Amino acid sequence: MQRHVLSVLVENEPGVLSRVAGLFSGRGFNIHSLNVAPSLEEGVSHMTITTDGDSLILEQIMKQLHKIVSVIKVVDFADIPAVAREMMFVKVQAEGPMRGEILRTVEIFRCKVVDVSPNEMTIEATGDQNKLDAIISLLHRFGIKELARTGAVAMRRSKKTD
Amino acid sequence: MECTGAQILLESMKREGVDVLFGYPGGAVIDIYDELPRHPELRHVLVRHEQGAVHAADGYARASGKTGVCLVTSGPGATNTVTGIATAYSDSIPLVIFTGQVPTQLIGNDAFQEVDIVGITRPCTKHNFLVKDITKLALTIRQAFYLARSGRPGPVLVDLPKDVMQKRTEFVWPEDIYMRSYNPTYKPNLNQLRRSVEELAKAERPVILAGGGVIMSNAAEALTSLARKLQIPVTCTLMGLGGFPATDPLWLGMVGMHGTYAANLAINNCDVLMCVGARFDDRVTGRLAAFAPKARIVHIDIDPTSIRKNVEVQVPVVGDCRLALEGISEICDAKLENKDWAGEHAAWIAAVAEWKSSKPLCYQDNGNIKPQAVIEALYDITGGDAIIATEVGQHQMWVAQFYSFTKPRTLLTSGGLGTMGYGFPASVGAQFAFPDKKVIAVAGDGSLQMNIQELATVVSNKLPIKVIILNNRYLGMVRQWQELFYNNNYSSTNMEAQPDFVKLAEAYGAEGYRIEKAEDMRAVLEKALASPNPAFIDVVVEREENVYPIVPVGAALDEMLLV
Ligand SMILES: Cc1ncc(C[n+]2csc(CCOP(=O)(O)OP(=O)(O)O)c2C)c(N)n1
Repeated sequence: MQRHVLSVLVENEPGVLSRVAGLFSGRGFNIHSLNVAPSLEEGVSHMTITTDGDSLILEQIMKQLHKIVSVIKVVDFADIPAVAREMMFVKVQAEGPMRGEILRTVEIFRCKVVDVSPNEMTIEATGDQNKLDAIISLLHRFGIKELARTGAVAMRRSKKTD
Repeated sequence: MECTGAQILLESMKREGVDVLFGYPGGAVIDIYDELPRHPELRHVLVRHEQGAVHAADGYARASGKTGVCLVTSGPGATNTVTGIATAYSDSIPLVIFTGQVPTQLIGNDAFQEVDIVGITRPCTKHNFLVKDITKLALTIRQAFYLARSGRPGPVLVDLPKDVMQKRTEFVWPEDIYMRSYNPTYKPNLNQLRRSVEELAKAERPVILAGGGVIMSNAAEALTSLARKLQIPVTCTLMGLGGFPATDPLWLGMVGMHGTYAANLAINNCDVLMCVGARFDDRVTGRLAAFAPKARIVHIDIDPTSIRKNVEVQVPVVGDCRLALEGISEICDAKLENKDWAGEHAAWIAAVAEWKSSKPLCYQDNGNIKPQAVIEALYDITGGDAIIATEVGQHQMWVAQFYSFTKPRTLLTSGGLGTMGYGFPASVGAQFAFPDKKVIAVAGDGSLQMNIQELATVVSNKLPIKVIILNNRYLGMVRQWQELFYNNNYSSTNMEAQPDFVKLAEAYGAEGYRIEKAEDMRAVLEKALASPNPAFIDVVVEREENVYPIVPVGAALDEMLLV
């Protein structure tokens, strides 16, 4: 089992999200996260789908996605260099002496505090999946009250010239 | 010219070459029905149930190779089509289904007769559309027909809100059609074709396994000539029957759960398996791990998702089956002109012939009417020159086994979904496609009752369709499983309480025949089939006859139970 980040370009028509999501649920494929937003081109949306499966499953996922009539292009970023990032908000318990420690943690990971109250702090973090997991595990001991993650968005890296 | 949506719809159908559509009216489509009489070139067939409309359109499509069309109202009319749509989707049949929808401003408000049919049919259509804007209507219809018949064919649904049918706009027919996100591959890659030929040339024990793709892509001739040239034995899936003549010495019989001994053993022992237009369904493969264990596999399919979905493949060929087979044939002609295929395969063909003759399909005669004998008689009387539609169950398998299909598009049967209630309405569609051909539905007493109301459609359109009921007063196939695998627990499969099919036929205005004695069978069949009128032929067959061979679920193909 391997985690894969897929980039999918789709015609921005009603129902396209449910066509894609329905493919995964109907065929028993796993969706870890799914992100959709308009792309640069009008009428075309860009989806980033994180999924896992062995190579045969992944081959089926790619082919089945491509078979959906509204899908224009499918790329698996396992095969090509890409950048992938995820964003999250974490709301932690933050009272008295804990506040300093939380701020130091936030500093180390270059996160931002975006909201504070006398006993809570909301932190915005961006990074790859491992980094966000690490932040969460460090903040756990303070008491996480709420968590919202976006799932990954990804893009192919520019070709290096040398 | 300014046209209403309804006018645009009918004009567009005409331009798509539609000559007949199967449908059922209702409030949401009444504007279209209002317009229909002004389009005499479009023949509308009023069915008695919307499921019948889709199956009829499907039968029309399978028999003719054209796209089948139906028109139904919103809500219950639309939901009644779902089984038919799923049936066509499973077997890759080109259909366009037009459903009425409530006016656009009511969509989503739980209006009277509103249902989200686009949502409901998303998993069982190739694609579907909701037309909200009349200026997109003609383009959408064009795209629907294009999608239905191109690439791997399938059903496409177009949902038509009532107000869109009433509005007016300029009619512009888009001559060219291009969808950037949809580009099926027809022409196979030359390199893959060369590799296929290399595999075939090395093979000592090759087998060709042909599926519905051969019929759909009109590849039967190419398949037959290639198999004969290369002297390779051929087996077909249920959907492939007719793709290779069952009278040819290279014919192995059908493969799979109810396949022949020869076909299943050939698959088990072959060293190269060339699969053409089939998707390795579980009814074909038996236990996957034990399927074709000695074979390298060449798989030709227009749909890349079929390849390596269930079975590991050494040579994948994506493309149209006919083009691929012709391409392979050309390479053989150019490169292997002097190869002695017959000589090299002689030992293999002898082994296959030995399997065929030692354990042919058979049944025990005991004085009762054997269902298999009825099918043999049917083949004999028609000389194979008929279109046979079946329902689903034992009778379907006996047709597949005992009727020697020699031409494509002469068997209409629900292979993928196994839909009881399919065959009789499908025969209606086939008879509209070929008014002068003999169209015969073979039914079980259970299945026929699922869409028996279409007899009214048959009678009112004076279609000379004959329905042969292999009447065992059981849901026979399920009873067979109960007998073999569930300790004879015949739970809810007894169908003794049933109508008098002869009187029922007569009540509708058709003819009814009953055959109760084996010695009368042939003569009554002949008489009934010669009649110019529609008829039910109720054949009282041996009640607990079983279909053999049978490969139990989870067993390997060579672990079949013989008679
Ligand atoms: C719509 C539908 N419901 C249930 C089944 C399950 N099923 C498969 S075969 C069969 C029995 C068919 O009985 P009949 O039509 O009398 O044919 P026979 O097997 O006796 O020839 C049933 C119930 C099915 N295939 N389709």
